[in-house]
Amino acid sequence: MMKTNKLTQHFKIKRQHKLNRSRAGNALLFFIMIVCGIFMVYPLVMILNNAFKPFDELFRYPPKLFVKNPTWKNFKDLFVLMNNSWVSFGRYIINTIIITGGGTVGHIIIASMAAYPLSKMAIPGKKLLFGIVVMALMFNGTVTSIPNYMIISYLGLNNTYLALLLPAFSSSLGLYLMKQFMEQIPDSLLESARLDGAGEMKIFLNIVMPNVKPAWVTLAIFQFQALWGNTGSGFLRSEQLKPLQYALYQVASGGVMRQGAAAVVQLIVAAIPITFFLICQSQIIETMTTSGIKE
Amino acid sequence: MFHVAEKKKGNHPLLKQIKRYKTGYLMMAPYFILFFLFTVLPVVASMGLSFTTFNMLEMPKFCGWDNYLKLFLDDNIFMTALKNTLIFAVITGPISYMMCLFFAWIINEFSGKLRAFLTLVFYAPSISGNAYMVWTLIISGDRYGYLNGLLLKTGLINAPIQWMNTEKYVIPILIVVQLWLSLGTGFLTFIAGLQTIDKSMYEAAAIDGIKNRWQELWYVTLPAMKPQLMFGAVMQITSSFAVADISIQLAGNPSVNYAGATIVTHLMDYGSGIRYEMGYASSIATILFLLMICANKLVQKILRRVGE
Repeated sequence: MMKTNKLTQHFKIKRQHKLNRSRAGNALLFFIMIVCGIFMVYPLVMILNNAFKPFDELFRYPPKLFVKNPTWKNFKDLFVLMNNSWVSFGRYIINTIIITGGGTVGHIIIASMAAYPLSKMAIPGKKLLFGIVVMALMFNGTVTSIPNYMIISYLGLNNTYLALLLPAFSSSLGLYLMKQFMEQIPDSLLESARLDGAGEMKIFLNIVMPNVKPAWVTLAIFQFQALWGNTGSGFLRSEQLKPLQYALYQVASGGVMRQGAAAVVQLIVAAIPITFFLICQSQIIETMTTSGIKE
Repeated sequence: MFHVAEKKKGNHPLLKQIKRYKTGYLMMAPYFILFFLFTVLPVVASMGLSFTTFNMLEMPKFCGWDNYLKLFLDDNIFMTALKNTLIFAVITGPISYMMCLFFAWIINEFSGKLRAFLTLVFYAPSISGNAYMVWTLIISGDRYGYLNGLLLKTGLINAPIQWMNTEKYVIPILIVVQLWLSLGTGFLTFIAGLQTIDKSMYEAAAIDGIKNRWQELWYVTLPAMKPQLMFGAVMQITSSFAVADISIQLAGNPSVNYAGATIVTHLMDYGSGIRYEMGYASSIATILFLLMICANKLVQKILRRVGE
């Protein structure tokens, strides 16, 4: 007992949240993490290995997880196929950046701006508005797609980026997420800034947003993933407006002979959100290791 | 506080209050204008359609409560779907929620790059879009299916089992897959929530006599992240009541004797399949909506007691 106490004392100096941790508990949790981790990461390992499998290994039955004779051939195939498309691949990439990037940044700005008054001002009607946002999360999208299509056509937004961007800006999830995190900021912090004569917009930008950085970085991950997965079908009819993911799947769906290229497409489709995810995660860690929200 | 003061002075306290928060309303305006246009309006329209027959070719025809009556009195598949959905909600909902919390909490013990990596490992099924593929290999009905292979090798069975074609296995397998997929939105939100907790609270708690990590979790960590817990609960409700994709991918639609039918697969049958009965599909969506709202009320009531 004494020994563990000394140990925690030692850790207390190095890292504050190592308090109250027993060794047996640590070992047990490590074990659970390893077993479950292997189980969870399986699809990623499979996608990675498939991209490097030569043709015969891709069709091997029963399938093997790990590649035996790795090859770059699939990547070369995909590259050749991409150069053959009549809309240049640069164009698809630009479309994706506009839709995914614009939709993510726009949503974070608009949703955060609305979340601040909802969480921190005594605005009349805020309970009702917030209630509607939460309820909206519970209505199934399959049946709203028809009215949605009609509204977008009526506004003349069909076949424009805005048909995807404007609904993405106002998704319910982001407002709800931001509001929940902003609620934790102590009122005293905002009051003292108000007494110093800071305007609401300034408080929002200089105090509220930095304090909820983990929230909007997480929201960026969600929104990026959702928009990256959106192939724009239904609203974008011009080939010149379609996103990269659509083009990749077109290439991949060319029958059995393209299975190798399709495996690489799968790798790319997964690798981009993962890269974005890792950048975002390390962002949270850098800024928040020592301080939480403090008074 | 301001409320009282304003009431004493002006004749129209509400109007004054609204004026006072002009900046607030301006900040909310862009979001809510878009939100009403692209979310509220379509939802209200769908609810309206649920009282009509609408095949998308002719104009909707008002039919009163007919759709709802048919749903509850005449539609046996809906009853199966309702039962299955409730099974998912009651079993996978709470377990998934606990898993999100548990793994987020453990991962939070690590630091730096290792923490980001571990988060990725556990978030992997959610981020790698077509993760179901793995499961079709595992539960494949022939000798080459991983699960059959394992059971044959160990001698537990003599002949391969047609997992997804056997009614009694469909729901349990879907539950397992659903759990595997469960570390999504709630999980990442909890990870972020744990990051915003003021670390000095743990020191104070240790001085106050918190003895181990479990006490710390219940008395310090969970109460401090209540807003995230509420958010995670709503997300969990929306995902466990709306199980559909994994059922369609793994069990097929229609599944064997509708063993894998859920409210949403049933809705898709009418709303986006070959039938195009949008009025009927809308009434299904409205029922699902009401179910989720009730579940949400219940869960929020339970969550208020965390840390007591």
